[in-house]
Amino acid sequence: MSIALTTSTSMSTSGYPDSMRELIAKVEATRPERLKSSPPRMSAEEREKLLREWHPDYKAGTKRPLSIGPSKGELVPHEVADLLEAYPLISPEEVDLSQIDYDVDVLVIGGGGAGTVAALWAYYEGLPPERILIATKLRWGDSNSIMAQGGIQAADRPEDSPAIHYLDIIGGGHYANKPELVRALASDGPMIIKWHESLGVMYDKNPDGSFVEKHGGGTSRMRMHSAKDYTGMEIMRALRDEARNIGIPVVEFAPAVELLMDDLGQVAGAVLFNLETGQYLVVRAKATVLATGGFGRLHIQGFPTTNHYGATADGLVLAYRVGAKLRDMDAVQYHPTGVAYPEALVGQLVTEKVRGMGAMPVNRHGEAFVYPLEPRDVESAALIRECYGRGNGVETPTGMRGVWLDSPMIEELQGAGAIKRELAAMWRMFNRFGIDMTKEPILVFPTLHYQNGGVEIDEHGWTGVPGLFAGGEVEGGVHGKNRLMGNSLLDYNVFGRRAGIAAARHAKGKGAKLGKLTLDHIVAYSRMLEEAGVSNDRKAPLLLPEYRGERALARSLKIRL
Amino acid sequence: METVRIYIMGKEYSVPAGLTVMKAMEYAGYKFIRGAGCRAGFCGACGTVYRKEDEYKLRFAVACQKLVEDGMYLVQLPFAPAPRASYDLEKIRPSDNVLLKFYPEIARCVACNTCTKSCPQEIQVMDYIQAALRGDIRRVAELSFDCIQCGLCSMRCPADIKHYHVAQLARRLYGKYLAPKAEHLAQRVAEIEQGKFNAELDRLTRMERKELTKLYEARQIEEGVGV
Ligand SMILES: Cc1cc2nc3c(=O)[nH]c(=O)nc-3n(C[C@H](O)[C@H](O)[C@H](O)COP(=O)(O)OP(=O)(O)OC[C@H]3O[C@@H](n4cnc5c(N)ncnc54)[C@H](O)[C@@H]3O)c2cc1C
Ligand code: SF4
Ligand code: SF4
Ligand code: FES
Repeated sequence: MSIALTTSTSMSTSGYPDSMRELIAKVEATRPERLKSSPPRMSAEEREKLLREWHPDYKAGTKRPLSIGPSKGELVPHEVADLLEAYPLISPEEVDLSQIDYDVDVLVIGGGGAGTVAALWAYYEGLPPERILIATKLRWGDSNSIMAQGGIQAADRPEDSPAIHYLDIIGGGHYANKPELVRALASDGPMIIKWHESLGVMYDKNPDGSFVEKHGGGTSRMRMHSAKDYTGMEIMRALRDEARNIGIPVVEFAPAVELLMDDLGQVAGAVLFNLETGQYLVVRAKATVLATGGFGRLHIQGFPTTNHYGATADGLVLAYRVGAKLRDMDAVQYHPTGVAYPEALVGQLVTEKVRGMGAMPVNRHGEAFVYPLEPRDVESAALIRECYGRGNGVETPTGMRGVWLDSPMIEELQGAGAIKRELAAMWRMFNRFGIDMTKEPILVFPTLHYQNGGVEIDEHGWTGVPGLFAGGEVEGGVHGKNRLMGNSLLDYNVFGRRAGIAAARHAKGKGAKLGKLTLDHIVAYSRMLEEAGVSNDRKAPLLLPEYRGERALARSLKIRL
Repeated sequence: METVRIYIMGKEYSVPAGLTVMKAMEYAGYKFIRGAGCRAGFCGACGTVYRKEDEYKLRFAVACQKLVEDGMYLVQLPFAPAPRASYDLEKIRPSDNVLLKFYPEIARCVACNTCTKSCPQEIQVMDYIQAALRGDIRRVAELSFDCIQCGLCSMRCPADIKHYHVAQLARRLYGKYLAPKAEHLAQRVAEIEQGKFNAELDRLTRMERKELTKLYEARQIEEGVGV
């Protein structure tokens, strides 16, 4: 299989070209029949076979075992291994650790959902706001969290229960999940939603106050809470507003480039890098929470991504260098429905809600070929097989292939106006490029979406390294090999909260004494790399992906001003 | 390859047609530090002001969701330095004058509609400010719901109103006080606190994979619509 994936450049203005319009006629022709029935769910055996043959995770030559470090021998994608087997950006001689810029109890690294929740609960746990610091790479809230559209799971209806939710999570994760983390996720869910309700998050509700709850891929009960298709934005806005009211200090455009340790072997803060002035800042902290999110911008196997600009796996790199273990990094989540046309939007998310509300994947002949709401890995594999195995994909003018998602079915099934009402963000996005998804289907193909694994934690969000906690997409174990939709917004709340509480308790604890600050661990790490024969031209963390045009880069000079 | 000419902060560049403003600037050699966040129209980091060659009118867009056009003169705005009020949501109430109390400048609105015309989300911004003046919190919350807090409205308003902060307060007041409470949620939280599900969860956490698989495959899937 060779997948033509284009990331930028060239063509397409608005609406569909004639070649694609002709194919849309076939989708319209079969719609009345398809409205009556959909293909059945696959059996367990069918799913397994499909995954083995068509899911990118099973493709040969795309991963390698780590050659050094606490998870040595574990298989990870090459793109991740390249960052873990890379030298630090800074050297200890450059950094004066005796000059401390911020001296706090809890340092939170990452200003997305998990980081904001951790800071809030460290405050609720009794720390004064000025003893907390959030350091983040972009603006506060510029994150994957603000982009989530579909919803958040929580088992709060009488016909549902945390135990049923537990089963969905662990089965969806192919039983590789850490049971105590699954339990925490399922049983904290309702409490998190109640907290959000008290913060004024505007979830979709029925007139009697009950939540509008629906299915998501892989759920056995309807438990997806949403706020139109701006769920992530609505939650993130409210959390950030609350943290602003409390006055939790935040430093923006200052990513952590290295964790600090002390001579007692504890994590003791971080070195931040002011992206605008190029200066470093030293933060000393009794406890540190890692909340740096995922790795979409590594473009694993060349896939486009749904993720925000700063999703570059920095947290994995930093944690690995202080001795934290990684897990389940061999499984990558591709969202079945990323935009395949127009070119300008390629890779951006078409929320699962579009299928949830009734839109069905359809091939170039107008045929339905898969149950619309299989678990994500299965659905993605089915779309890839349709395009590259069976040759039934639709080709765009830039040579990308995709299948139709028959969005006009939604209006037929849910009544006219349903799309603009419940899928406002989706409608707006396509409409800006001349496509009216209430009348025309949209073209989709899988896109790199979520880091299933990450830094191993326990149920308190502790990484096993003294002083270092983690919550959100950066950590692993909660979702095993495959996360279900709606469980990662819940994850960042549940484990952001638990990590924030644990960090605050650690900082307030009697034993919380820091020794002398040091960067010796990165010297030792570099030595391990040398011994493993890794050449020193690779540096990490990445901080920001490189998207400058080749022509521009070819002529760039490294003159310091 | 079809190309267009654009002017980034006054300098001319030739870039492929069909790119967003954001990708076109990168193509030209810019590496964003500010001005790029989600890259998908949700975070409001990429507010852009532009003018077309033969026009006098300033136009507004989010750079990640706008196609480049030939003869565009464009500038990115780092952020709107808009002050916001501080409040304790637990202590305030959704009274008629609460928005006016925290943001008295809304009374200075001259109904010029510039805010609405600047909004890349096509929100009826002036209408929600007028609703805020009337104390209609629900209407403000509904009208402003799709706001990505890009600040373009506030940069343009002759009365220096901080629209998106007013709207944020209204939405939180609505969500907390005016929307009806979910009783089934409160009940479930109480059940969890009483330990109603502990035994079942204990059993599941200890269960072998084989037995879990059996249970999983035998799940009863509730009838109903997806998300
Ligand atoms: C388009 C999209 C739609 C989604 N839809 C859903 C959905 O419907 N339901 C659901 O449950 N989940 C969904 N998800 C997944 C979910 O949004 C994320 O997994 C979750 O929000 C992650 O939260 P986080 O706080 O861990 O990471 P983020 O929200 O990504 O926050 C991480 C923050 O850390 C910052 N950072 C990174 N590196 C550094 C560094 N070195 N130093 C300092 N700061 C750093 C980042 O810039 C960012 O601000 C979606 C994700 C995407 C991308
Ligand atoms: S209301 Fe203002 S801040 Fe909100 S999206 Fe519109 S212009 Fe941006
Ligand atoms: S721009 Fe300012 S003054 Fe003009 S209508 Fe909007 S809020 Fe009123
Ligand atoms: S980068 Fe987030 S809206 Fe454009």
